[in-house]
Amino acid sequence: MSVAESDALAAPAEVVAPQRLSTRFFRSELLLIFGRRRNWVGMAVLATVPILIIVAVKLSPPSGDGGPDFINQITQNGIFAALTALTLEMPLFLPVAVAAISADSVAGEANLGTLRYLLAVPVDRTRLLVVKLGAITVFAFAATMVVAGVGALLGLAVFGAGPMVSLSGSQLPFWDGVLRLVLVCLYLTVCLTALGAIGMFVSTLTEQPIGAAVAILVLAVGSQIMDAIPQLSAIHTYLPTHYWLAFGDLLRDPIALDRTVPGLLSALAYVAIFGTAAWARFGGRDVTS
Amino acid sequence: MRDLAVGSYGLTKRFRSGQVAVNSVDLVVPRGAVYGFLGPNGSGKTTTIRLLLGLVRPTAGTHELLGEPMPGRAARVLPRVGALVEGPAFHPYLSGLANLRRLDAADRTVDPGSARQRIDAALDRVGLLAAGRKRYRHYSLGMRQRLAIAAALLRPRDLLILDEPTNGLDPQGTREVRALLTALAATGTTVMLSTHLLSEVEQVCSHVGVMHLGKLVAQGTLAELRARTAPRVQVLSGDPPGAARVLAELDLAEVETHGEAVTALLGGAAPEKVVAALVHADVPVRGFRVLSADLEEMFVQLTGEGFDVSG
Repeated sequence: MSVAESDALAAPAEVVAPQRLSTRFFRSELLLIFGRRRNWVGMAVLATVPILIIVAVKLSPPSGDGGPDFINQITQNGIFAALTALTLEMPLFLPVAVAAISADSVAGEANLGTLRYLLAVPVDRTRLLVVKLGAITVFAFAATMVVAGVGALLGLAVFGAGPMVSLSGSQLPFWDGVLRLVLVCLYLTVCLTALGAIGMFVSTLTEQPIGAAVAILVLAVGSQIMDAIPQLSAIHTYLPTHYWLAFGDLLRDPIALDRTVPGLLSALAYVAIFGTAAWARFGGRDVTS
Repeated sequence: MRDLAVGSYGLTKRFRSGQVAVNSVDLVVPRGAVYGFLGPNGSGKTTTIRLLLGLVRPTAGTHELLGEPMPGRAARVLPRVGALVEGPAFHPYLSGLANLRRLDAADRTVDPGSARQRIDAALDRVGLLAAGRKRYRHYSLGMRQRLAIAAALLRPRDLLILDEPTNGLDPQGTREVRALLTALAATGTTVMLSTHLLSEVEQVCSHVGVMHLGKLVAQGTLAELRARTAPRVQVLSGDPPGAARVLAELDLAEVETHGEAVTALLGGAAPEKVVAALVHADVPVRGFRVLSADLEEMFVQLTGEGFDVSG
């Protein structure tokens, strides 16, 4: 061993005061999500839906009746390809993506055993959950933006940017239309973050990420099934998925708030409740994985 | 209050299943010691280490690390503690380097500017620098173990708590790790290592604690524990009954005859007096030895078993 090396060994363990606003761990978390090939494959699957829609509409233009609301307008303005894709992916594909990521959040680390090493660093358990939920939010935004971005760019390239008619019948300027699309993505990000918070809570209950992902999907799809049963109308507004498709209201002129604002409040309430539940469950749990 | 690297007071963990994995353990690990934490598989060593690091909450008892009460001061003291708990665990699709970077990023009390240099130094110290960019999933068991030790050495530490640090290493790797631990200890780092390898304890440890069925059944310096195991005399003789009679007359306890070997506890008797008595009684003596109990014998005496799994 060299002299310099033994000097380095002899240095006392110096502990600098914790940096209040260090983003290193958060960035590391994003790297973990976006550096993983599985997640890129997932993103590619999400991106195929708008491509499929555009190809289908190009080959066989809609007659004007039937199909989702937006699909008939794609030939006029390509941005509607993005909105159609989001409408079709919200029931299952986007929840699958968020379920996979949020299931991994705690159960994935527990399953690998990396959780014990993170906690021994030490990472405060509350901080771990905050960072994990933050990363889920960024992922949800990225996922919706991939769907919207591929749909809008390819749609505009194929069908051009003709008149964009709002759901109220008035015509929107092009950039106003783009802004509305971004607002839709932000709204859906909040909705999916609520599912992510539920998922993170489920993830603290198990060491099996696959099991957690399945449970989260059952909750997401089950909620939509209950939402479709009229006899359960009393609980409809409390379902986590109830306001998801209200994003169409953001395309009215002016923007309709009577369902989107409750939608945001509902999502934030879910984040608060399940974020707290995850904290209560994980905060004092014995980590034996 | 004692100024210990690790001190625990009645540390107890009863799992929900009712199993008492750790039963009222009072650890005393002085600063600067290399403490060998011995015990058969399933004796509670790993659970004790999890308790020490705050991963598991005790059912009863308290403990402190480097003079700071745990888990209350975990944020302050754990950065000074490097740990290896129940084998290596890393993200398989990240490289060894990226895995260390992630652990370093999670540490808020370290200078991010020196991360690169510290990570490289840690990899270098365990001989993994060349393989740092390889994905962890392609690492051999020994390389994984080395990476886990590198993670414990990401920054200068005052205390290392290492669970079976040489597990999975080849003989060369084992020697390297022992040399590394000895070098670290020489600079004042306290090392607590759990192991079931008695040779490891004899080679590197200054202190020993022995766990059995969740209890700490012995603790002290290696010399103290050796002294506790009583030496025996062994006489090889053509007249075993005669030799046994003389030893009994000398008030030696536990006289046993195996073929022409007669053994007994030496107790306070002087070995040369025993030989003289044997010769004086005309017992033919072909060989005479004082057997000091080795660590393995001590271990078996304390735990009543070899390396069987504790139920």
